[in-house]
Amino acid sequence: MALAEQFDSSNVDIPPGKGVATSTEVKMVAEGVDVYYGDKQAIDNVSMEILDKSVTAFIGPSGCGKSTFLRCLNRMNDTIDIAKVTGRIYLDGEDINSSEVDPVQVRARVGMVFQKPNPFPKSIYENVAYGPRIHGLASTREELDDIVKGSLARAGLLDEVESRMHEPGTGLSGGQQQRLCIARCIACNPEVILMDEPTSALDPIASARIEELIDELRENYCIIIVTHNMQQAARISQKTAFFHLGVLVEYENTVDIFNNPRDERTKDYISGRFG
Amino acid sequence: MTDTSSEAIDKTRVHQSEAAARRRKARANAERRFQTYGVIAVLIALAALGILIFSIAGAGVTAFWQHSIKLEVQLDEAQIDPEGTRDLDTLRRAPYRTIVRDYIKGMFPEVTERRDVRTLTKLLSTGAVTELREYVLANPDQVGSKVVLHVPVSDDIDMLLKGQIDASLPESDRRVSDQEIAWVRALQDKGLIEREFNRRLFVNSDSREPELAGIWGAVIGSFYTMVVTLALAFPIGVMAAIYLEEFAPKNRFTDFIEVNINNLAAVPSIVFGLLGLAVFLNTWQLPRSAPLVGGMVLALMTFPTIIIASRAALKAVPPSIREGAVGVGASPLQTVFHHVLPLAMPGILTGTIIGMAQALGETAPLLMIGMVAFVADVPQSITEPAAALPVQIYLWADSPERAFVERTSAAIIILLSFLIVMNILAVLLRQRFERRW
Ligand SMILES: Nc1ncnc2c1ncn2[C@@H]1O[C@H](COP(=O)(O)OP(=O)(O)OP(=O)(O)O)[C@@H](O)[C@H]1O
Ligand SMILES: [Mg+2]
Repeated sequence: MALAEQFDSSNVDIPPGKGVATSTEVKMVAEGVDVYYGDKQAIDNVSMEILDKSVTAFIGPSGCGKSTFLRCLNRMNDTIDIAKVTGRIYLDGEDINSSEVDPVQVRARVGMVFQKPNPFPKSIYENVAYGPRIHGLASTREELDDIVKGSLARAGLLDEVESRMHEPGTGLSGGQQQRLCIARCIACNPEVILMDEPTSALDPIASARIEELIDELRENYCIIIVTHNMQQAARISQKTAFFHLGVLVEYENTVDIFNNPRDERTKDYISGRFG
Repeated sequence: MTDTSSEAIDKTRVHQSEAAARRRKARANAERRFQTYGVIAVLIALAALGILIFSIAGAGVTAFWQHSIKLEVQLDEAQIDPEGTRDLDTLRRAPYRTIVRDYIKGMFPEVTERRDVRTLTKLLSTGAVTELREYVLANPDQVGSKVVLHVPVSDDIDMLLKGQIDASLPESDRRVSDQEIAWVRALQDKGLIEREFNRRLFVNSDSREPELAGIWGAVIGSFYTMVVTLALAFPIGVMAAIYLEEFAPKNRFTDFIEVNINNLAAVPSIVFGLLGLAVFLNTWQLPRSAPLVGGMVLALMTFPTIIIASRAALKAVPPSIREGAVGVGASPLQTVFHHVLPLAMPGILTGTIIGMAQALGETAPLLMIGMVAFVADVPQSITEPAAALPVQIYLWADSPERAFVERTSAAIIILLSFLIVMNILAVLLRQRFERRW
């Protein structure tokens, strides 16, 4: 696919009835979130509501703070010494940054899939079984087996790996590894799944499978995905948020972002004039 | 070239110009020169190593065999156990010295003078009597029958037979008299002198008699010392490394600690010995010469090495593994112990083995805490006085007997073998587990 074509808004066509939020339940709320890396501000006063049982896409030029904001939603920024997050983020009405909340608990409820597939250097089975095991989701070996198989099946990987569950997960192809990471994530029974450019390292076929998977998962989860691929955002998301230089510029139904963006910057970005 | 306009570089063909050809040649020359220097440096290093190994091996290889006399004696019951009780105490007190002397006297009936008989008996090591006694104690049923034992000759005779004492020198200039040489030749003619593998070097402990001296006591002493060192330095070092690398906030204070750990690694080992003497022996009143204290001192020396290696190994674990674990809701402790530490373990173990190899070869701190005493017994516990391999080498090197020279080199060969085995282990470990992610 030619680059110009990919970024040309005239090619981003949204099938009728898609790209519109159908859910009304609010899962997460951000209020006046600022993020600083040392003295440098990366996120400036972002407020938004994220709907349950839908896919929300974050788009924006490189370095605008999409990953940074995403990582606020499961307190992943705690692991970066110099990062400082202020403002409030609610998960089901509870402030996840309050001192009573255990960040480990938050991360169990808000799972994450990373840009680069990062399976543990253990067997495929162990990769998926790890989360349920530490969270006590299975009391017997059979239950654990069921969770592992079920998660792999939902990630569309079971058929390919069923015969080699005890071989290392790092021996899979890139696309398989990413699906393994998704299986690992959903095995923990999260409520929200954060995905940071999950298909950027994959070929179109592997990407398409993951997109299908995301579409299926939407029925049960709140999914937030960062992507540089406009087509992808248009295909799979119901809501789209456009970030620019750490500011949330526009946040609407996906159809509206792509078909009639209100802000000049959004328009320029989706038509490929800067990025 | 006189025309200035031709001086200007022709931008279209810069990489085909004469100047470019000159640059390429200069580059190739520089590369060849550098490679030559590299090869020379490697050759010098190899030559140094070769000289070291050959000189030590050349000096020490003769210590791996030894000459012995075939002792073929009738164990007379009336002499050894007149009451026939086979009581161990009786057996232990039997006159083995007389038996051995009578045997050797029987070889040379013409020798009758008391002084000559004594000299004649001295052809044999004092170990001959001990070994005969030990044999009878181990096999009481053999009393009354004829037994054949191979007992060592004395160290001077061994040296003579190995050609390390020159028989052509005037009699006054050598430690073996003409008479003794004549007796030895006679025994050789009878086929009673044999050359055998020097088993005693491996199974005996230290002795004043070179022909009986062995390294077993020192090996066990070193083993106990290493066990103490490992038990202290490994957990402390690895825990400290994990805390500093994975949990400690990065601030001035942790920077300060880091600098000091690096300094600690550079402290001369004798300083740790002095510290051990002052604190462990004088203040805490721990036993002298014991593997316990030796191990504690060497642990002090080893643990900065382990911390530094462990931190490097932990740092080499890619952050994506940590993110993956944290992302599925693993706590910091679970992340480290389930994911990071297993991946860092090969590196940590490699560092530990190298640290332990250094500790195994260390002498100076052990001298400071008194592990330099003559110990003829195999230590039974970590609090008993013991020798250690490097100290044993030091002690033998300091002994006047000619026969200790080859044994010193032999002990060095044995110590080096241990070190080489440990280093090979470290290399294998590193290769086996390299980059599994
Ligand atoms: N660990 C960090 N330390 C310091 N600055 C950081 C760190 N991570 C990100 N930043 C800075 O924060 C800003 C936002 O980065 P972020 O990774 O969120 O961008 P992004 O929108 O995800 O970009 P991309 O699309 O390239 O992934 C950038 O200017 C970046 O340099
Ligand atoms: Mg990013």
